[in-house]
Amino acid sequence: HGVQLQGGAGLVQLGKHASAGYWSFTLRTLEKHVSEGRKACGFFYLSSFVSLQTFEKLLIANRGEIACRVIAIHSDVDANAVHVKMADEAVCVGPAPTSKSYLNMDAIMEVIKKTRAQAVHPGYGFLSENKEFARRLASEGVTFIGPDTHAIQAMGDKIESKLLAKNAKVNTIPGFDGVVKDADEAVRIAREIGYPVMIKASAGGGGKGMRIAWDDEETREGFRFSSQEAASSFGDDRLLIEKFIDNPRHIEIQVCGDKHGNALWLNERECSIQRRNQKVVEEAPSTFLDPETRRAMGEQAVALAKAVKYSSAGTVEFLVDSSKNFYFLEMNTRLQVEHPVTECITGLDLVQEMIRVAKGYPLRHKQADIPINGWAVECRVYAEDPYKSFGLPSIGKLSQYQEPLHVPSVRVDSGIQQGSDISIYYDPMISKLITYGSNRAEALKRMEEALDNYVIRGVAHNISLLREVIIHPRFVQGDISTKFLPEIYPDGFKGHNLTDLERRELLATAASLYVAEQLRSQQFLGTQRIPVAKSKRSTWELSVRLGDGIYPVAVSKDGSSFSVEVDGMKLNVTSEWNLASPLLSVTIDGTQRTIQRLSRNASGDTSIQFLGTVYKLQILTKVAAELSKYMPEKAAEDTSSILRSPMPGAVVAVSVKPGDTVSEGQEICVIEAMKMQNSMTAAKTGKVKAVHCKAGDTVGEGDLLVELE
Amino acid sequence: MAAVRVLRRAAAAARLRGAGPGPGPHRAASGARPPSVPERIEEKRRAALLGGGQGRIDAQHKRGKLTARERILLLLDPDSFDEYDMFVEHRCSDFGMDSSKNKYPGDSVVTGRGRINGRLAYVFSQDFTVFGGSLSGAHAQKICKVMDQAAMVGAPVIGLNDSGGARIQEGVESLAGYADIFLRNVLCSGVVPQISLIMGPCAGGAVYSPALTDFTFMVKDTSYLFITGPDVVKSVTNEDVTQEQLGGAKTHTTVSGVAHRAFENDIDALLNLREFFNYLPLSNRDPAPVCECHDPSDRLVPELDTVVPTESTKAYDMLDIIHSIADEREFFEIMPSYARNIVVGFARMNGRTVGIVGNQPKVASGCLDINSSVKGARFVRFCDAFNIPLITFVDVPGFLPGTAQEYGGIIRHGAKLLFAFAEATVPKITVITRKGAVQIIFRGKEADAEAEYVDKFANPFPAAMRGFVDDIIQPSTTRLRICHDLDVLASKTQSSPWKKHANIPL
Repeated sequence: HGVQLQGGAGLVQLGKHASAGYWSFTLRTLEKHVSEGRKACGFFYLSSFVSLQTFEKLLIANRGEIACRVIAIHSDVDANAVHVKMADEAVCVGPAPTSKSYLNMDAIMEVIKKTRAQAVHPGYGFLSENKEFARRLASEGVTFIGPDTHAIQAMGDKIESKLLAKNAKVNTIPGFDGVVKDADEAVRIAREIGYPVMIKASAGGGGKGMRIAWDDEETREGFRFSSQEAASSFGDDRLLIEKFIDNPRHIEIQVCGDKHGNALWLNERECSIQRRNQKVVEEAPSTFLDPETRRAMGEQAVALAKAVKYSSAGTVEFLVDSSKNFYFLEMNTRLQVEHPVTECITGLDLVQEMIRVAKGYPLRHKQADIPINGWAVECRVYAEDPYKSFGLPSIGKLSQYQEPLHVPSVRVDSGIQQGSDISIYYDPMISKLITYGSNRAEALKRMEEALDNYVIRGVAHNISLLREVIIHPRFVQGDISTKFLPEIYPDGFKGHNLTDLERRELLATAASLYVAEQLRSQQFLGTQRIPVAKSKRSTWELSVRLGDGIYPVAVSKDGSSFSVEVDGMKLNVTSEWNLASPLLSVTIDGTQRTIQRLSRNASGDTSIQFLGTVYKLQILTKVAAELSKYMPEKAAEDTSSILRSPMPGAVVAVSVKPGDTVSEGQEICVIEAMKMQNSMTAAKTGKVKAVHCKAGDTVGEGDLLVELE
Repeated sequence: MAAVRVLRRAAAAARLRGAGPGPGPHRAASGARPPSVPERIEEKRRAALLGGGQGRIDAQHKRGKLTARERILLLLDPDSFDEYDMFVEHRCSDFGMDSSKNKYPGDSVVTGRGRINGRLAYVFSQDFTVFGGSLSGAHAQKICKVMDQAAMVGAPVIGLNDSGGARIQEGVESLAGYADIFLRNVLCSGVVPQISLIMGPCAGGAVYSPALTDFTFMVKDTSYLFITGPDVVKSVTNEDVTQEQLGGAKTHTTVSGVAHRAFENDIDALLNLREFFNYLPLSNRDPAPVCECHDPSDRLVPELDTVVPTESTKAYDMLDIIHSIADEREFFEIMPSYARNIVVGFARMNGRTVGIVGNQPKVASGCLDINSSVKGARFVRFCDAFNIPLITFVDVPGFLPGTAQEYGGIIRHGAKLLFAFAEATVPKITVITRKGAVQIIFRGKEADAEAEYVDKFANPFPAAMRGFVDDIIQPSTTRLRICHDLDVLASKTQSSPWKKHANIPL
């Protein structure tokens, strides 16, 4: 079980969680976690640490999934979080806002002293690429589990990293320029480079604080938003502007170096499926790379790592154009969110390697030892509504939560559980869902199944979008770019588009569920003083409303299955009809589907998750449906003159006051949620009647912000 | 006198609406021979089914309302309705009421019995298309008949109210009809469940029949309940108020507490009533019903371990707890929009109906005040009367302080809740989710004393050591424990000393 014992301390790899990249400081062996983890996914090997020197106490300065098995520090709102429970010790570092907790270096340094941690694993985000943090740790004699300060600084500085890359003979993007002081300078630089340009935070990787500008005005706007986001996410508001390459693929190389001058490339990850420059679906390997390109990219990545004496796990990001030209984008000097796919195909445990290397051990592998075994796909499951800009944050309590671990070859890295709160303060990621297989088709098929078997209730989630992406013919063929989502869904994501057959399946399933429910509601247990009249009914004439359509559906009971007539076609629907189970396996004319009935009420409204997408239906008896035509239409609220918050968040700025005249599209206020700033604009030209929020307010989804006359 | 005047006004309004042009019942198409008895029966039956005639049916539909018979059709199981008194006609001969065009077989109410999910229910459905659903002596008699039957057999009475008020042409006959109904409402109280669904106007003295029943539900936008309408209000108090503001569903479910729930429209209301009916026993002679249940009774609820915040001042939603422990997360909440600092309603535990009462920390810290005490007390008494076990979730800072509450009589109203719980002999299971009244006892300066007191009593041990609580349980096991206890307590018997009736502080 990879247990090391020295001086009574054990450093244990925690199976599932370890493979997820979680390391725990622990003073005892945690074999149960190991065995749990082994069950969850058996393809990681746990190499022995026996008789090696290790850290006795390790601090994970992070939260959520990445911190799950650690002595995690936490903020007020995370007091009940899984990562806090899993840790042997957990320390609160402040209130919910990240700037006061997970970014609060003073508080974290204090914790390190108090707990006498010998090493710190920063996870990702927060302080993971903060050279000041690494420097302060070094001055305290605490090992930072990551590269040394010099490498963080060199790679964290986009100018320097580019120069270094050039010197190391790494292909770089044209038009690279400097750090930006203000909006005017941003415009000047943007013009020099030539539009379009990409504006992003110097301090952070990934998509956070990154915006694309096509003209001066957008540059100014992008500068303002990006600098604010950079400040709130990284505590560093420096920005960077560079040439934006159209239609690129985002392919990155995982590298790992040690303190003895060795470095390896651990193959690539394809991360082109992004929304708003944040990754959504990742896979390893990429369908696009041939062995030569892979090797060329890998060798350049290693050359760069060696150039900065890189001694940890890191990622060299490239943009790859359609001719397989690749350009160095940046190097992330930390563990990446999507590292599990690399672990899946290489069999390496990156966190373990990071800790070994930090302790001073040389890498155990040679480049030739690094395999590509099978295929792995990762979906980032977010608490967000994919119907709004491919994902606007949603908050709430996970009233029901069940990971699809019963599906084979599935790994779920999460930091939450049933009852967890998704709050406005942090990234809305629920989990990383990883499936693997001997080939891509197998991995994708399992992903489809895993997504269908994932129960997430209480918050909106992006399962529908993920499932649509992974079954889309272009994705299946590997024909993707970072523009995939806007290209495939130019008018926004609208959910799964049902074929006629699928629609019939859905209607038949919904109608069968309705009848099963009706039949059950006549079942009373025990003897009745007045006998319950047994219904002799065997056929139900129903009317099912789905979207704009109303469909007559006839259901006949036939033993334990239902014979359902829809559109003049008969379908046979069988199931156990367990109406309490969150997952329902239904077989419709021989096709097995896993569906979820999310809600139902007495009025016949029901929502069913079918093929990933949630469909709202209303099922009425034919009689009730006919009488429905007499029911009064309820007037809907005029939404053009009121602005409601589309998501929960904090009001950052309000740009109008009562009496102001606003024009259509004009910014009214800015809402920050999950570290993203969102500009709320007027839906029509008019005069502001009332303002119901002020900067600093916390607002919920649907809260009234501003009324126009 | 005032009451009589009120009734007359309402009835006058009814007459104006009811006596407009429109086809009366069809006369027999008399040929040479007079129609045979079977033909006449058939003729009358056809006429009865048409109520006030197609014109008025259309008018009813235009108002967004269904007819009395359509409502029964949706409420009851298909083909289960057995109608009574279809041939009853009013007996008034004044004001030209004896003319054949003013006679409608069945008069202005449809009555009978039927089945809801196979279980027996008695129903009356007032027919607005006949004289505006106004209450004649015959109409009252029909209602009284089904109520008498229901009480004798032991099955609930469901009233679908849609009536302009008293039949003005009948005067005292009509008013006496109300008295007969009120008496039966009272006699049936605690014997069989009585449910009123207000689906149109219900004004004047007529409001007191629903008020005497166990549950009053309303249809949004198309129903209203008030003692006197806006015109009278204007002339007496000079207040300008609309019907909707005065007695609409929103008013009564949020402000007055007169109605227990409101539904979107007729169909929505009737479908919900069917579902609600399944929670109720048929009478006080029957145990709470047990339905087939797919939700495991030993299901652990891990989220309960974290739902209550560690800080005693932080709010959480008691509904989250209720939903998480109830069968299939289903909870039929009663008065969801009124006195929201207390939550009451029906759920099932392992299939068995239970009444749930919970403080709601999310609203006014879950304190008890006048309205929440009365809301809770009435619900508890219903459950006790009909053998429905009570599950109480306690997290209460205490009674709400202040002059408004003291002057309003929080002492006597609060006493109702104590009385109701103490009087109840059904199985009672209480789960204390957080705290008692420490924060109320100590306010302001004595911080040290408070800390000491909190340390001493704001934890479960003092109560557990003295045996005031039976056990301290892991929150995630709550459902399992409750289901288990309910099984054991199903055979509970407890009797009170003989009395005519208790004297609850009203």
